[in-house]
Amino acid sequence: MATKLIPKELAKKPDRLSPGHRLCAGCAAPIVVRQMLAAIDDPVVLANATGCLEVATTIYPYTAWRVPWIHNAFENAASTIAGVETAYRSLVRQGKIPERNVKFIAFGGDGGTYDIGFQALSGALERGHQFLYVCYNNEAYMNTGIQRSGATPLGAHTTTSPAGTVVPGKQQMRKDLTAIIAAHDIPYVAQAAPTQWKDLMEKTRKAVNCGGPAFLNVLASCNRGWRHETYETLEITQLAVDTCYWPLYEVENGVWRLTYKPKEKLPVEEWLKRQGRFRHLFRPENRHLIDELQAEVDRRWERLLFLCGEK
Amino acid sequence: MSKYEALTGDQAVATAMRQINPDVVAAYPITPQTETVEFFAEYVANGEVTTDFICVESEHSAMSACVGASAAGARVMTATSSQGLALMWEIVYIAASYRCPIVMSLVNRALSGPINIHCDHSDVMGARDSGWIILFSENNQEAYDNVIQAVRIAEHPDVLLPVMVCQDGFITSHSMERVEVYDDADVKAFVGIYRPERSLLDVDSPMTYGALHFYDYYYESKRQQAEAMEHARRVIPEVTEEFNRKFNRNYGLFEAYRLDDADVAVVVANSTAGTAKIVVDSLRAQGLKVGLLKPRVFRPFPAKELAEALRHLKAIAVMDRSIAFGYLNGAGPLFIELTAALALHGVHVPIADYVFGLGGRDIKPSEIESVYRDMLRVAETGRVERLVTPLSVRE
Repeated sequence: MATKLIPKELAKKPDRLSPGHRLCAGCAAPIVVRQMLAAIDDPVVLANATGCLEVATTIYPYTAWRVPWIHNAFENAASTIAGVETAYRSLVRQGKIPERNVKFIAFGGDGGTYDIGFQALSGALERGHQFLYVCYNNEAYMNTGIQRSGATPLGAHTTTSPAGTVVPGKQQMRKDLTAIIAAHDIPYVAQAAPTQWKDLMEKTRKAVNCGGPAFLNVLASCNRGWRHETYETLEITQLAVDTCYWPLYEVENGVWRLTYKPKEKLPVEEWLKRQGRFRHLFRPENRHLIDELQAEVDRRWERLLFLCGEK
Repeated sequence: MSKYEALTGDQAVATAMRQINPDVVAAYPITPQTETVEFFAEYVANGEVTTDFICVESEHSAMSACVGASAAGARVMTATSSQGLALMWEIVYIAASYRCPIVMSLVNRALSGPINIHCDHSDVMGARDSGWIILFSENNQEAYDNVIQAVRIAEHPDVLLPVMVCQDGFITSHSMERVEVYDDADVKAFVGIYRPERSLLDVDSPMTYGALHFYDYYYESKRQQAEAMEHARRVIPEVTEEFNRKFNRNYGLFEAYRLDDADVAVVVANSTAGTAKIVVDSLRAQGLKVGLLKPRVFRPFPAKELAEALRHLKAIAVMDRSIAFGYLNGAGPLFIELTAALALHGVHVPIADYVFGLGGRDIKPSEIESVYRDMLRVAETGRVERLVTPLSVRE
């Protein structure tokens, strides 16, 4: 019997990521990781791309991981876990080790997933390895000090897309990676957020039990990069969901389904105005960028509603 | 019972891989290594091995998957050439530092650019400080034999380092030669069963692999790697000795061909050594005291043994199949390392470098003979006229 997804039961489970790691106060990444790993009762083996989660949890001679964990490099979490998973299946098939129903999970930030690790991820998905790839998406290279990535939204200030007097932040829209991964026609793809914890945990369970490759894109605010107070992390994350900037949905065996529909779709401005990285957009000469971003959010939301059979 | 088969160099390596039957092979095709991957894919398709073959989307992922599989306790092999090695560079270093006993066939091919698919040693020479054990092979038999030994060397508990086995692209990889293929059971018995001390898959005692090492621990980790390479100095001859006894071979750290009573010698690796032996025989027939030294173990570099083997000579020519740009007027890496080794061990013999065969340019016996003739003059005068000579190049 799987542990019921109720706080009273989940709280009894030992944490697989221990306290004492050195991630910043207010970082959403460990919240995502702990929720996801609590959703799984089976043994897990993890791979981690280079990034905040990696450097802050394994400063030798310490480790915060109470489960097997490997870091190889930045762009190869998917191919590394593919090697681990293949070794497992091979050794089990040959009778060299017992079958333990082990779940294989790779964690990467958006830099390691949308950008530099994209090829390795695409290849591993196509080959059909049984693993879950999780992108904890804070929308920039936060580990190296907030540089733009393919996940950084239009207009955001980063240190490589600074809001200057001539160029007001990032000039391009973010890549729709979840849809790109869905186009790989793997058994399970979903978008999630740690504020909707039950939704995230249910998706995690589906993902690790889908019998093939799975992908979860989880929005994970970085208060250092997004520029907000540490206690605002979840509130601001939920605003991304309620403005439909970050819709929660899943694609299960090719069937798109919305898993959360805000009662009232808020203007994207409600999310933007809470973050210092968008402050310059509220100057009169830059307001058009907010309109453009809103139009993009609306367009993507409408398309999603259509794909999910809601329209 | 062993039997003789006509095999290309790539096929000889694939045959060794079939007999070793690793748990995981992750590889990506690249000329001139491709045949190895093709043959191995056939063995998998026909159930001749129990290996899980990951046909990855790049060499970077090939080595990444190898590291993951090796950390998970599997016996792991791969193969590549040139640009493939260059693409996996980052993970080549990581494989060594994580002490993954991966065995890789490296079919030597010139690095781009300009793009070229033929043999030289620029690929392996760039990896000489990567922490891998490096073995050279003159011919198909040696490539086959080296791959089998590499498994034992890599997995030795005092070593635990990856090994790359080199052979010359096209020259041996695509030439059919007579190869003595040992009985499957004998190879299986020789390589034994891999029992890793630790595994990432041990979910009951979880391990963290690849933790961040700052300045307070990084150097200690590197020192352990350096020590492992020193242990390999002892382990390689042990494994080779056992192999020689079992399979009736005569391998050492290097091969000294008619060297003992020679006045002058050429030092050259891989297939060109075979050509040079013909030249040695022909010059010997003329009464000239010439010999050959063919390196087999390049990492760890047997500096002392090489110096002792060359101490009695009156002139030495190194033949390099790649350039160490910026060192000395187009000289090659083998020359640099050998001159350092000789100096370190007090061997003061006139020495010169001949850089040849870049991008697969043919090296003819007559050209090798000209090198010997040069050296015979140096032996007489005691003076090297030209320290670095590019052989048969338009200038």
